[in-house]
Amino acid sequence: MASTFMGAGRRRRTVRERRVREGALAYLLLLPSLVAFAVFVFYPLVKTFSLAFYRTPPFPGLPKRYVGLDQISGVLTSSEFRSSLWITVKFGLLTVAPGIALGLGLAVLAHQTLRGIGVFRTIFSSTVATSVAVASVIFFTLLNPTVGLVTWMLGQTGGTGILQDPTWALPAVAAVTVWQNLGFTFILMSAALQGVPDDLLEAASVDGASPWLRFWRVTFPLLTPTVFFAVVIGSINAFQAFGQIDLLTEGGPLNRTRVLTYYLYQQAFKSNNDGVAAVIAISLFAVTLVLTLVQLRFLERRVSYER
Amino acid sequence: MALPDTREASSDSGRRPRGDVRLTGVTKRFGDVVAVDALDLEVHDREFLVLLGPSGCGKSTVLRLVAGLEEASEGTIEIGGEAVEGFEAKDRDVAMVFQSYALYPHMTVRRNIEFPLAARHVPKPERDAAVREAARALDLGPLLDRKPAALSGGQRQRVALARAIVRQPLVFLMDEPLSNLDAKLRVQTRAELIELHRRLATTVIYVTHDQVEAMTMGDRIAVLTDGALQQVGPPQEVYDRPANLFVARFIGSPPMNTVAGRVVDEGEGLAVAVGSATLPLPAATSAAVAASGAAEVVLGVRPEALTIDGGVLPATVTLVESLGHERLVVCGLETGDLVIVRTPGSGEPFRSGDAVKLSAPTAALHVFDAATGDRIDG
Repeated sequence: MASTFMGAGRRRRTVRERRVREGALAYLLLLPSLVAFAVFVFYPLVKTFSLAFYRTPPFPGLPKRYVGLDQISGVLTSSEFRSSLWITVKFGLLTVAPGIALGLGLAVLAHQTLRGIGVFRTIFSSTVATSVAVASVIFFTLLNPTVGLVTWMLGQTGGTGILQDPTWALPAVAAVTVWQNLGFTFILMSAALQGVPDDLLEAASVDGASPWLRFWRVTFPLLTPTVFFAVVIGSINAFQAFGQIDLLTEGGPLNRTRVLTYYLYQQAFKSNNDGVAAVIAISLFAVTLVLTLVQLRFLERRVSYER
Repeated sequence: MALPDTREASSDSGRRPRGDVRLTGVTKRFGDVVAVDALDLEVHDREFLVLLGPSGCGKSTVLRLVAGLEEASEGTIEIGGEAVEGFEAKDRDVAMVFQSYALYPHMTVRRNIEFPLAARHVPKPERDAAVREAARALDLGPLLDRKPAALSGGQRQRVALARAIVRQPLVFLMDEPLSNLDAKLRVQTRAELIELHRRLATTVIYVTHDQVEAMTMGDRIAVLTDGALQQVGPPQEVYDRPANLFVARFIGSPPMNTVAGRVVDEGEGLAVAVGSATLPLPAATSAAVAASGAAEVVLGVRPEALTIDGGVLPATVTLVESLGHERLVVCGLETGDLVIVRTPGSGEPFRSGDAVKLSAPTAALHVFDAATGDRIDG
């Protein structure tokens, strides 16, 4: 009996030893990315939170003053922050739903077996290969008050210009964003459409459903997981949009396009107000975190339509 | 039948819509591939017609043409005496049961069954009543609020059937509806389908590659291969008098034995020489063979018609498969052909290597033209 126990103990020990050795190797292999994460993600994250507790002095060189939560509550209740948050939300509303509707519409159009449809698929998805900067420059030219093609088509030549109009600047920037994201949305929706089994749609045809009914009662419900994914990703992108704002309007006119990221940028790099910028960054972090959690929650609960 | 039987009532007054289907010269091409080749087929009202053939023979395409999921390249299709060319699937008054069942995964069983009615804007109270009746007919009552993912294969199959019958269409189209069920459930569902057809008294076109399903379920069988119709007839007739070699070899398990032979004149009638043996033909067949002028023929004989009893055909036993109730004895003829003999499960078993002599009653011989494969018949 005793020898059996000893044997078992010895075996257990070797198993434990091996586990320790494997664990060490695993951490060793993880180390490079761990270092990268620490330097570029964790440290800035912690630093941001600490910055938020210190008021930045009016002149460089003076000591920072610890103010606890005062600065955070001060920024969050300021009219500037609130207007910026509202603009960001509006920007999200103007980009997410129209972007998905357009992408889905194009995907449905291109989801047909027609000669030469591949050309259209390529065109529709081509904006994935366009950077924010390129898209912005193209539209900056198109929307130019004197020589812009779009300005001319809208009969606005010689006016203030769309990007300079306090009412239309945000919709214009949103439109550019929708255009730029269209390729991605199109590809996403096309892939989802291909996942809808043909025989379901055929069954619906035989069951007497019109194309309209087939889409809304069969296709669309099966696309909802993808649509939901696109909504979350689109919202996160809307809250992180910066390039097109910077290149097209620089937050203007009259701060009407000053989304949170641009407000943050102004505070951090134009006004050198690290403390306020940190608070804005934390608010963006919170929004993105919530959106991500919502998505994870829903994706977990998502019905898998097993067939 | 528990379904509200409006159709039955109107049939008495002679106004019941006819559920007959007629295909005339129907051809379907996909690019260069001819899936269905000049098909003429008539399905009678209330008939259970089985489209039987190997996979890729075009039988599913025929069904899809009738359903309106494909448009024929040539020819006309009539349903209930009306040409349906250009009619969309939803306007053809047919219901289809798909091989995959094609249940809507995001809808409950109730919504699935209700869908054909909802799509046609049937008022809610009528819809509810019809769903209840269809669910009762297929024993789905307790499952109405479940989603398809929570059902077994057999239950899904019944939901698909309920969705088809709820609307009381003119014609049911069924595309291998039993092929995803396990063997035991398949036999059970086969019987249920026959009973369902009897109660509904509606035309059914049923596609399968399973000859047992075809034999047991069909009022008539239409055998297809390579998009062309080979034979249409009641199961027993197709079995007893296969129109050509394809049908002869396709129907029956184990399949019909076929052996090439040469026509010889024996004075009082024609006979067929197989190796050293000579098998005389019945008078009528003999006359038909003479009239056809065929010199090379293929003889067919069912395994159950052959006996090992010291007849004229010398053979060697190569394999014995015992199935309990019967034994299949595989014998090699002098010509090298293998034939299967069905013998009772009891009695002295044969061993491989045994030299035996086979006999086949003259009346049980099927004669086919070796050149065309067509049956030569008296």
